[in-house]
Amino acid sequence: MLIYLRKRIVSSALPLVVVIVGVFALARMTGNPASLYLPLNATQQMRDDFTARNGLDQPLLVQMADYFGGVLRLDFGQSLRTGQDAAAMALRAFPATLQLAATTMVLAVLLALVVGCWAALKPNGIADRISSFVSMAAASIPDFWLAIVGIWVFAITLGWLPTSGVSGAGAWVLPIATLLLRPFGVLVQIVRGSMVSALSEPYIKLARSRGAGELRVVTHHALRNAAAPALTVAGDLTVGLVNGAVVVETIFGWPGIGKLMIDSILQRDFAVLQAAVLLTAVAIFALNILIDMGYALLDARVRPVTVKA
Amino acid sequence: MKTAAQQAPIQRAGEAAGAATGQAKAHDVVLQVRDLAVDIRTHRGTVRAVNSVAFEARAGETLALLGESGCGKSMTAKALAGIMDPVCDLADGEIVLKGTDLAALSAKERLKFAGPELGIVFQDALTALNPVYTVGTQLGEAFRIHRGLNAKQARAEAIDLMKRVGIPEPESRVNSYPHQFSGGMRQRILIAMAVALNPRLLIADEPTTALDVTVQAQIMQLLRKLREEGQMAVILITHDLAVVAEEADSVAVMYAGNVVESGPVSEVFADPRHPYTKGLLESVPVHLERGAKLKSIAGSPPELHDIPAGCVYQSRCPLVQDICRAERPVLRPAAIPSGTEPRPARTAACHFSEEINNV
Repeated sequence: MLIYLRKRIVSSALPLVVVIVGVFALARMTGNPASLYLPLNATQQMRDDFTARNGLDQPLLVQMADYFGGVLRLDFGQSLRTGQDAAAMALRAFPATLQLAATTMVLAVLLALVVGCWAALKPNGIADRISSFVSMAAASIPDFWLAIVGIWVFAITLGWLPTSGVSGAGAWVLPIATLLLRPFGVLVQIVRGSMVSALSEPYIKLARSRGAGELRVVTHHALRNAAAPALTVAGDLTVGLVNGAVVVETIFGWPGIGKLMIDSILQRDFAVLQAAVLLTAVAIFALNILIDMGYALLDARVRPVTVKA
Repeated sequence: MKTAAQQAPIQRAGEAAGAATGQAKAHDVVLQVRDLAVDIRTHRGTVRAVNSVAFEARAGETLALLGESGCGKSMTAKALAGIMDPVCDLADGEIVLKGTDLAALSAKERLKFAGPELGIVFQDALTALNPVYTVGTQLGEAFRIHRGLNAKQARAEAIDLMKRVGIPEPESRVNSYPHQFSGGMRQRILIAMAVALNPRLLIADEPTTALDVTVQAQIMQLLRKLREEGQMAVILITHDLAVVAEEADSVAVMYAGNVVESGPVSEVFADPRHPYTKGLLESVPVHLERGAKLKSIAGSPPELHDIPAGCVYQSRCPLVQDICRAERPVLRPAAIPSGTEPRPARTAACHFSEEINNV
């Protein structure tokens, strides 16, 4: 298992480098920060000084080499905006995103398992039709629209919930509800599909012939076989939440990594943007390794075979 | 010669009875199936896949359900075991197992019988075993469900079972997964699962079809051993005439969802009383000259949604008459040899079962 992990980590290094190079180049296409940070009437001399002070006058390749040198020493540069350590800012913002993503996914997976299994018990039955309609709708509603409607109805009109921020439990409701819908809808359909096919397998019949009741057949025999596709999709959706709660974080003023990224782009705060993207990328690679370990846990057939010399 | 063949199964059953320790004596009727009918709901309407099927299975004996694919033999097996596909319905009939009519029970009540009274073995052991659990977990499941054993006790029972069916090194193999076993070993595990709680009835649905010939013989031997040890009634579902001749005491020949002939194997094979049975037996190549043409039954079975009125075999029968197209023959005791009293042990569903061998 350790050998496998080491191999996975090593093989993740190259894609990470590509990510950094890509973000590095793309960020610089947004323009020169000098025009944002200096007053409108700044002289060319002031602009050149600012550019040189932040190392932005060097050729792109030199800047990149410097940056990689820094990364290897775990120095990710400073924020142009605040002067703080870029990595520290990214790390400070990350837990808020992770909490949001984790709570959302745990709820989405649990709800989807229950609804998906319920639908799969009788394909084309009433439960199946209802859940199919609901999940389709849930997966199709755009989150920005839902977020705005949610704020309008529950925060402004009814006044039950705060419009934004992280103070108190109420502040969690709207962001989670908004983020939850799509993963829930998608997962219900995946769980339903893989449960229907698992339930039609001969080993299910055989389990019944040993006296296994409906509950045992569904939760013990079928669910574990049906879990792999759901795990794949849930992992992918989590990745989407970890880096892509941008819209929802922005709308609800959630101080997470998505909001940090958007702010850094708008402010041409390259070091912070790079640190945030790098951190997100590392998290996503870690998540993928976790998902693969999850497969192995579920199904012995995909466990890495340790070859003994 | 005929008499010797008739005596053989009786002798075998007799020896078994002497060795038996179970409650059931040889020849006790364990299962009685009457008027069994199964419907399948399809897009083109409901079709009857199994129609007024009747037979008996006795303790310590093997009853073969013989027929070609699609004749309803597997459907019958699944109906008996209560594990039909969701699109199938038990339309009619009684399945009396040791005095209880299983067909009249609810699905939940039936679960009490699944395992302790009745076990089933499938053809393809790989898909019949759950790939994500160890064989030990699956072998132990029946004990956990029906006897309330804990994980450790169930594991010990699983190891015992693996010993019983001849799996080497059961103590370590109990933690292996189904894909880590060979086809023959998987079939042994499947059989072990079916006999775990010493059921009175074992249904084996083409248990050797997916296996090598050498392994087939071992599996059949194992089934015979377990049948005799537990005085089980075995229902063997097969399309293989040689297996029936070798293993079964009695046979029910099925065609298009109907039992067309039944009786002791030796008698039915020596003196078939239904044209379909006769056709089947004649299509077995024996002592053929090189280059001689293999015999076969012309045509194919009717589609289930297109079963004709009258006899189900009429389209392929060489003896077909007007009455066969008008009236469906019922399974009735046949007078064999001709002119004697009809015996309930020999039944055939043919208007001309008495004349058939004179043609």
